[in-house]
Amino acid sequence: MQNILNLPPIWYTFAIISVLTLFGALGTIMSKNPVHSVIYLIVTFFSISAHYILLNAQFLAAVNIIVYAGAIMVLFLFVIMFLNMKEEADEMKNNKLVTAAIVTALLLGGILIIFLRRAGKEKVDTLGFNSQTGMVEILGQSLYGEYLLPFELISVLFLVAMAGAVMLAKREQGERHF
Amino acid sequence: MQLTNRAKKTDKSELSLFERSYLPSLATGLGITIKHFFQAKPTIEYPEQKRYLGPVFRGHHILKRDEEGRERCTACGLCAVACPAEAISMVAQERVKGEEHLYREEKYAAVYEINMLRCIFCGLCEEACPKQAVYLRHDMFVPVFIDRSDVIYGKDQLVEDMTHRYKRDAWTKEDAMKLWK
Amino acid sequence: MGSFVQWLIESMFLWKALIIIVIFAITLAIAAYSTWGERKVAAYIQDRRGPNRAGWGGLLQPLADAGKMFFKEDFIPAQADKWLFILGPCLSMFTALMSSAVVPFGSSFIIGGKEVFVQAIEINIGILYVFGVVSLGVYGVMIGGWASNNKFSLLGAIRAASQNISYELAMGMSIIAILMMSGTLSVREIVLQQHGGNWNIFYQPLGFLIFTICAFAECNRTPFDLPECETELVGGYHTEYSSMKLGFYLFAEYINMFASSAVTACLFFGGYNYPGMDFVERQLISGLGANAGHNVATLIGIGSMFTKILFGIFFFMWVRWTVPRFRYDQLMNLGWKGLIPLAVGNLIITAIAILSGYKLVGIWVGLALMVVLISIVWSLRPKKKNAIMGA
Repeated sequence: MQNILNLPPIWYTFAIISVLTLFGALGTIMSKNPVHSVIYLIVTFFSISAHYILLNAQFLAAVNIIVYAGAIMVLFLFVIMFLNMKEEADEMKNNKLVTAAIVTALLLGGILIIFLRRAGKEKVDTLGFNSQTGMVEILGQSLYGEYLLPFELISVLFLVAMAGAVMLAKREQGERHF
Repeated sequence: MQLTNRAKKTDKSELSLFERSYLPSLATGLGITIKHFFQAKPTIEYPEQKRYLGPVFRGHHILKRDEEGRERCTACGLCAVACPAEAISMVAQERVKGEEHLYREEKYAAVYEINMLRCIFCGLCEEACPKQAVYLRHDMFVPVFIDRSDVIYGKDQLVEDMTHRYKRDAWTKEDAMKLWK
Repeated sequence: MGSFVQWLIESMFLWKALIIIVIFAITLAIAAYSTWGERKVAAYIQDRRGPNRAGWGGLLQPLADAGKMFFKEDFIPAQADKWLFILGPCLSMFTALMSSAVVPFGSSFIIGGKEVFVQAIEINIGILYVFGVVSLGVYGVMIGGWASNNKFSLLGAIRAASQNISYELAMGMSIIAILMMSGTLSVREIVLQQHGGNWNIFYQPLGFLIFTICAFAECNRTPFDLPECETELVGGYHTEYSSMKLGFYLFAEYINMFASSAVTACLFFGGYNYPGMDFVERQLISGLGANAGHNVATLIGIGSMFTKILFGIFFFMWVRWTVPRFRYDQLMNLGWKGLIPLAVGNLIITAIAILSGYKLVGIWVGLALMVVLISIVWSLRPKKKNAIMGA
């Protein structure tokens, strides 16, 4: 009990945020209504952003919120709102789905265990750590210096995906649109 | 077929790039609205400011007295007959000796009632009256009532008050017509 | 306990808390009086007088409106998702109130030898924070619209979502041009760089235009108020809302207007800078002493900031009572085919101008060249055969 009280305040913050993250993540998979799932997922994204801020990675936190919570989840919600949910309630009785879920969970668990066992061995060098690592300037310099080629390749990939989306959405001759 | 020469020809030619940017027409619109923003407002703030309704407005009824303060009404009932809403009713009585200073004619209305819920303020009673007794005031509304017992106006509310006599620019239709010229 | 009090006094905590509370109160007050202002502006533009019964010039009207809102029946539809139905307006209000946190409303006060910034939080990703909060603003509308279980509300919510996503892109790109010029993400830094009449509006005229149009769309203001388009969707996303929940939605709109006016003022109009502020500050310091002079100069700066914000809010209203609503396909066309290409063009021109070393001249020449290029391409486009030519 004494040990818990003597912890530095940042640990409490970490604990609270972690509980929130897990709450959001569990809510995402346990709630029956997809719209509720999306909202739980947004909570999770927020608490992950809070983790980023704890790690002094402000830029990542902001981008996580803008891209995931602000854009992708809006699109998710957008699509889910269109769906009619009442007819698909039987899906969980499908045996194949349950099997696939169990296999995926086991694989993911295995990976997690392996990582956790390795993680304990390497200690972070707290004294030599540059506190500006997560800031925009350093991140930008490494993105546009060290990792320029992968960065540009990814942007080309996005361009291709965008062009593909435009092609898919384009009206073909003879096709009817309402 | 051309009925009037007020029809505007619409320009259906294709918009130029400058026009298609919406900005010129947007700026014009903003100019018009800001001009109106600073213009003087024509609003009359009613309960504080009242506008003159004109000499022919038909408002609150009044039973006129003559110059000596005698009631003009002789209870002939023509107004009640003329009334399309049947709002007017009266009880006639003969004038007795000693009442000459009160009533001009030998017969007078002991009771004269107008039901304001029925009245449509058409002014036919005013036109029907042979004695120039009943008029609709141009300067006063019938006030709002909130109780049914307030609806029927008796002589106490209708007969002219000699201290504030009712005056108007034109008493007859002909005089009123002259006012327009 | 004594050391805690000591720490409280010595640290910035108290001053920061005070500034946050003051900014919060001012935001709410300005939002409340924006409702009065909106009605007055609407009335004056339509040659009317507007509310003038409650208090002098109708100044108590916001209180009367709020009182009316509170005493309306708070109705939740039977088939609605109750929690989300309540969450919707709360989220709207929450995100609207968060966005002005990084806006520097003034330079700084010197209190007891310490410099206290007139800003709730100073972070080095200020613009990203604003952008993130703005992108979250749509959740309140979406969740409220969906939870109402009403087809009109749902349509309003869907419109809001697609509209916000579409206009965020162009808005982001017009901001990136500013970021390229200033080289920082901190709003305070951007404001400081515009010191001395060096306002970004002179460097980024096209960026300003795009940003303003997108701000209108993000705030769901006319001509882009499609999510609550009452001619088509009854009341849009807030069809089922009543009482103070509806009040929250309406209030959030005005707070958003305030916040976006504040951000516009900071990004394009120099924030709390005003012409001749150095001279004023020097005079005040020589007259009142270093600290007091600086503090009074800061107050004047705050005044100039709020003048800009109020003009921004007035502009929002002015446009609302001038322009009719867009049709939905026009809105999408304008966003995707008009503003985004223009924003990309602006980005490229800004980049070239910065690299060439002549920022101001380069950007204006570049924009002129772009206009010429667009008009050449426009005149060369294939003409439609069946277009109605002439009257």
